[in-house]
Amino acid sequence: MRESFNLALKSIWGNKMRSFLTMLGIIIGVAAVITLVSLVNGYMGYMTESFTSMGTNQINVNLMNMSTRFVTEEDMYDFYDEHQDIFIQMTPSVQVSGSVKAGSEQLSSTSVTGVSEEYADMKGYKMETGRFISYPDISTRQKVAVIGYFDACQYFGSPENAIGQKLKINGYAFFVIGVVQRQDEDELEEGGSDDFVLIPYSVACKMSRSSIPSNYTFATKDTSVSEEAADILETYLEEVYRNDDLYTVTAMSELLDSLNEMIAMMSLLLGGIAGISLLVAGVGVMNIMLVSVTERTREIGIRKALGARRSVIMQQFVIEAALTSVLGGLLGIALGSAISIVIGPMLLQTETPPTAGAVIISFGVSVAIGLIFGYMPASRAAKLNPIDALRSE
Amino acid sequence: MSKGSEIITNEISNTMDRSGDQTMDRTMDQTMYQTIDRKTAHLIEMTGICKFYEMGDETVRANDNINLIVEKGEFLSIVGKSGSGKSTLMNIIGALDVPTSGTYLLDGEDVGRMNDNQLADFRNRKIGFVFQQYNLLPKLTVQENVELPLLYAKVSRKERSERAMEALVRVGLESKASNMPNQLSGGQQQRVSIARALAGSPSILLADEPTGALDSRTSIQILEFFKQLNEEGNTVIMITHDSSIALQARRVARITDGTIDFDGKAEDYARII
Ligand SMILES: Nc1ncnc2c1ncn2[C@@H]1O[C@H](COP(=O)(O)OP(=O)(O)OP(=O)(O)O)[C@@H](O)[C@H]1O
Ligand SMILES: [Mg+2]
Repeated sequence: MRESFNLALKSIWGNKMRSFLTMLGIIIGVAAVITLVSLVNGYMGYMTESFTSMGTNQINVNLMNMSTRFVTEEDMYDFYDEHQDIFIQMTPSVQVSGSVKAGSEQLSSTSVTGVSEEYADMKGYKMETGRFISYPDISTRQKVAVIGYFDACQYFGSPENAIGQKLKINGYAFFVIGVVQRQDEDELEEGGSDDFVLIPYSVACKMSRSSIPSNYTFATKDTSVSEEAADILETYLEEVYRNDDLYTVTAMSELLDSLNEMIAMMSLLLGGIAGISLLVAGVGVMNIMLVSVTERTREIGIRKALGARRSVIMQQFVIEAALTSVLGGLLGIALGSAISIVIGPMLLQTETPPTAGAVIISFGVSVAIGLIFGYMPASRAAKLNPIDALRSE
Repeated sequence: MSKGSEIITNEISNTMDRSGDQTMDRTMDQTMYQTIDRKTAHLIEMTGICKFYEMGDETVRANDNINLIVEKGEFLSIVGKSGSGKSTLMNIIGALDVPTSGTYLLDGEDVGRMNDNQLADFRNRKIGFVFQQYNLLPKLTVQENVELPLLYAKVSRKERSERAMEALVRVGLESKASNMPNQLSGGQQQRVSIARALAGSPSILLADEPTGALDSRTSIQILEFFKQLNEEGNTVIMITHDSSIALQARRVARITDGTIDFDGKAEDYARII
């Protein structure tokens, strides 16, 4: 066995060019599989993560309020109170467009949203310093603002400094009452998850001239009741609007479901591509091994004349094919890993480390290819008649 | 059983190295005595060997009813014109092929009844091949080539290299052990292939046109070497189409159209040609 191993190594080394070309198919196949799987995996992970961070137990409601048919925030709160068994949080969400200024600096990418006091719990926000918007702030329409960590550091130096400072939103002065803890551990940048301004929704409504909010976010007790909750919401809204064009109810869990479906599809597609490319590599191995058997007919004849059993010849060729594939597989793994580590951040702005699954499977497949596709040429070699083999030139 | 007798044969040939020529006959008697437990006392016993090839609707009788007995320690050459059936016979003697009919016993073992693996083992233990084209593996060193039959006999690495070196010493090429075959002259390559044949201590050295690819001077050296090996107690069977080369052996069998039509001492053969 060890002898055959040495022999195989020697033969691979003795035909460096041919061995490398044989391996090339496997190297490319394995590297492609690892790169593709890692990229898709990394990207999908990134997507899923950003979905999950939005909260998979959340349901967004969007309303088109008409003069005759509408839902006020009181109606929404009544509905919410009636269904305390399903929902745990609810907040209107009112986008304010316009300019935000801290001193003389314009905050162009910062979003301003009017929310309720439950928004912090829904988002899982903890306060870095100060406090969050409270119910009295909303009912008395206080011009107060809670800001993200990025804005606190960028425009006021530090979260502590920010408290009590003034922000101008569309010309109105707001006092900063709190700073939310840092959300994104890696990056602190404009437009990121630490760049926001939150104000009481009552104030936001007034500023945006639509007296009642048109967006709400509900949070259910658990993701598992999200669908049921969405149904209840739709039923309620249907009764009021009598036209389902006038509202939309979007459960995050549904989005996640379709995302997961997409991931499964992609994985299947990738599996197919991987399978085909590795199959092609396998046929390459078989082809070259068959050529090598033909080329070495005389050698096989000599070995058989000197007393090599069929199984020994068989072993020699199978080991050679397997070793070629294993070496190719290892090189492919190295190449694929390198590519996915380098290309992910470049192309997708997200880490795409090679996945253990992809590495293990593609390695396993390349070994299997060596054994399976090496078997046919090997058995042909082993069956050669020594007399005919010796006569060949 | 056969392993044991091989060792005995070896010991005898070693003794002979020292005691010289005149004890030859006695040693042969001794050999026979030592192996008396065999079914047959002959080294090779071929009875009614036929090898037919079907070519379309006609049958080629490559070997037709060959009867041949060879004793241990003989030097036999098989001579015949091209197409007479020499290679066919050699393939059967060398256990590379099985006869269509007839029985072939070597060291008492019935080769005709063997399967592929048994034939391989049998060749490994009993036959030392010397081919016209040397048939060394070009990617292995001289020593590795000589070790090959020992490798297939599952001899340990250390013993393998010792015995290979011994064989190379006997052909006088120990200094070329780590060379590649293509760095050697034709005569040297043929000596390497003889060393390879000797390394496994086979019962027969079987040479097919061993001088076919060599010039006359080197041919004479190789033939002298075969004679010497024979005098040391090795059984040598040499196949050739050249009567003058055949005469270097002690016994000549001539094959014509697949049948042996002369079998006797070399001197007698010299008289009829
Ligand atoms: N595999 C085969 N199939 C059919 N016929 C064969 C086969 N091998 C040998 N023969 C025939 O058997 C006969 C004897 O062939 P063989 O090779 O034994 O001759 P030879 O004495 O070795 O000749 P040479 O001196 O030319 O090598 C020839 O007529 C040959 O054509
Ligand atoms: Mg011939």
